[in-house]
Amino acid sequence: MTEIQIQDELVTRVEGHGNIVVNVENGDLETCEWQVVESPRFFESMFVGKDYEAVPHMTSRICGICSASHVDASLKAVEDAIGVSVTDQTERLRKLALNAEIIQSHVLHLGYLVLPDLLDSKSVIPLADTHEDEVKTVIRLHECGNELLETVAGRSVHSQRLIPGGFSKLPTEAELSEVRKDLKAATEDLEAVTALVEELASELPHFERETEYISLTHPEEYALYEGTLYSSDRGNLGETPYEDVVNEYVTEQSTAKFAKHARDSYFVGALARVNNNYEQLSDRGKAIAERFALEPLCTNPYLNTVAQLVELGHLFETSIDFIDGLLEEGLDPQSDYHSPDINPEDGRGVGLLEAPRGLLIHDYQFEDGRCQEANSVIPTNQNHGNIQQDMEALVPTILEAPEAQIERDLEMLVRAYDPCISCSTHYLDVEFVDSTE
Amino acid sequence: MSETNMKPRVGFFDFTGCEGDQLQVINLEDELLKLVEIVDIVSFREATSAHSDDYHIAFVEGSIATDHDAERLKDIRSNAETVVALGSCASIAGINAVRNGQDFETVTERVYGDDAGTIDAWEEAKPASAVIDVEYEIPGCPIDQDEFLRVVTALVRGREPTLPTYPVCLECKLNENTCAFLRDDVCLGPVTRGGCDAVCVSEGTRCWGCRGLIDNPNENAAFDVLEAHGLSVSEVTDFYDMYFGWQRREEVTQ
Repeated sequence: MTEIQIQDELVTRVEGHGNIVVNVENGDLETCEWQVVESPRFFESMFVGKDYEAVPHMTSRICGICSASHVDASLKAVEDAIGVSVTDQTERLRKLALNAEIIQSHVLHLGYLVLPDLLDSKSVIPLADTHEDEVKTVIRLHECGNELLETVAGRSVHSQRLIPGGFSKLPTEAELSEVRKDLKAATEDLEAVTALVEELASELPHFERETEYISLTHPEEYALYEGTLYSSDRGNLGETPYEDVVNEYVTEQSTAKFAKHARDSYFVGALARVNNNYEQLSDRGKAIAERFALEPLCTNPYLNTVAQLVELGHLFETSIDFIDGLLEEGLDPQSDYHSPDINPEDGRGVGLLEAPRGLLIHDYQFEDGRCQEANSVIPTNQNHGNIQQDMEALVPTILEAPEAQIERDLEMLVRAYDPCISCSTHYLDVEFVDSTE
Repeated sequence: MSETNMKPRVGFFDFTGCEGDQLQVINLEDELLKLVEIVDIVSFREATSAHSDDYHIAFVEGSIATDHDAERLKDIRSNAETVVALGSCASIAGINAVRNGQDFETVTERVYGDDAGTIDAWEEAKPASAVIDVEYEIPGCPIDQDEFLRVVTALVRGREPTLPTYPVCLECKLNENTCAFLRDDVCLGPVTRGGCDAVCVSEGTRCWGCRGLIDNPNENAAFDVLEAHGLSVSEVTDFYDMYFGWQRREEVTQ
C-alpha cells in the first residue's frame, strides 16, 4: 500500500466536532492531524459583568454532558472569590452530584459510544435488536446515574439547586434512601457490563505510548471534588499555580490550543486519575482493575475506557457511602426556596475539580459582586495535544493494515479520550487540509 | 411523506451549543427505544456513526455563529421537509446571545488574547430561523422531554405541534409555589413562555427566562415590577438579556 487518504468528516459518537486527517504518499506519512471545528462560544467574555448567581447558571451551559461538574467548579471559584464558606453537608451533597454526573457520563461513553465499536455496530440503536439485554442493562445504569443526579441537583441537565452558598432545595431523606436502593441494585448491572467489556477487551487495540498523566490528588480520598495537582512525572505539585501546569500554546498544525507540562503533551481523565491515585480506589474499583490487569502506570490510551469502568465500581460504592453518612447524621433542615445570605467581598477565586473527562478549572475575578475577568480550562483542550501525539506514534505502526482498520483504530483512539469538544472554550480558526488534492 | 407505512426518517444536528438537548433525548432511556419504533433515526452524531442525508425531519440544536455553521444548516434545510429548532440556542439564540451585546473585538480579545485576530466567528450568535426557514421550535435550556415527545408524536401523525401561549406564572400557580416576588427574589416567570412546569421555581430558585418571551408580553409592566423589587434599570436589562437578548433586539428592529 503506497497511498492512503483518510478524512473523517466529523468523528461520530463523540460530543462535539472533530476531524481526523491522515494522508500517506509512497509509504510516507505526509499529514496526520486531529482537527477541531467547534464554533467558539466566548463564555469567558459573557461572564464579564454578570453577578455571582448568574455566573454558575451560565457556566452550566458550557456543556450539557458535564453541566454539574462545571457548576461545582464554578461555585468553588465564585465562593473563593467573594469569600463564602459552605457547610460540610453542602460539600458532601456537591460531591454526590459530581459522583452522579461521572456515573452518567461514563456509562454514556462506555455503553452508548464505545460498546458499538466493540460489537461492530454503527450505534447503540441497532444493538437494541441484536443485544437487547445488554442495551437494557446499559440504559438502567445510565438511568441510575441520572436518578442520583436528579435526587441531589433537581435536574440531570443544567441543575437548578446548586447555588452560591449551598442548595436552594435539599433532597429528602426518603428520596436519598430510595436512590440508595437503586444504586445497590445496580451492582448486578455493573457486573454484567464489566463481564461484557471483559469478553470484548481483546478488541481494544494494543498500543503503548508513555506520556505524562495529570490529575488532582488528595491525602484522604480518591480525588474528584478537591485536591492538589499531581503529575505522574513530577509527583505532587502542591501549591503550584495551575497556570504553570496547564501551559496552553498555539501550534501551527492544529486548530485548537494545546497544553503541555513536563513533556510535549499530557493526559487528563479517568486513566490519569487511576494511574495517579490507584491506591485510593474503593475495593470494588480495585477489583475491576484487577480483572483487566489495569495497574499504574498504564500507558495504553484505549484503556481509558476500562479506567472509566474501574471508576464506575468506585463511584457506585462511594455514592452509597456518602448517602449512608448523610442519613446517619440526618440532613440539617432549611427553609423552602433557600437563599443563602451573601455579602460579596472583592477578590479572585479558583475552583479545580475532576470532571468526567479530567481536570477542570474555573478562575474568576469579582468586584462588587460582579465578575470582572474569567478563565476556564476544559479537560478536552488539555487532551488534544496528547491525541495528536498518539496518532503520530500509532499511524506509522499500522500503515500496512487495511484502510478500514486504520480508520477504525483512529476513531476508536479519539473516542477513547471521550472528547467533549462542545465544552472547549479555546479554539482557533480552522484551515482544512484537503487530502484529496 | 409519500409512502404511508414508512416511518419518517429523522436526523439530529448540532451547531454552537452544549449538546444538552440531544442529551435530553438520550436521557429518554426506555422512551428512546419506543421513539425509534415510530421514527427512523438516520443521523445523530452524538449517538451513532451511521449517517444519511435522506431524512424528512431535521432537529437542529445550537446557535449559528460561523459561515461553516450556516453552510451546514442550509444543506440540512435543502434535505429536510421539516426543520425543528431544538432548545433555546437554536430557537432564540439562548445564552449565546449574551455576547451579542458586547463589543466583538473585546469579546475575542478577552478569550483569545493575542490570537484574537485569527478567530473566525460571526459578531452575533443567531437562532436557526435567522439563517433558514424553520417550521417549529422547541425552546428550553434544556428542552423539556415531554414537550419534545409531544412535538415528535404530532409530526409523525401529521398534526401541527403547538407551544403554550401562557406564561410560566400559570404553571407556577398550579404547582402552588410561593411567588418569587413575595419572598424578595426576582423572576421572569410573568413574561416567559410556559411549558416547563415552572421547574426552576419548584426547585427553589427563579425563572431565568430560558424558554423565551411569550407572545405579546407586557414588558413595561414586568420592568416596573422588577424595578420595584430593587433592581436598577441596568440590572433588569442584564437579567432580561440572559435568554431574551436576541428576541428583544429583533423587536426593536421590527
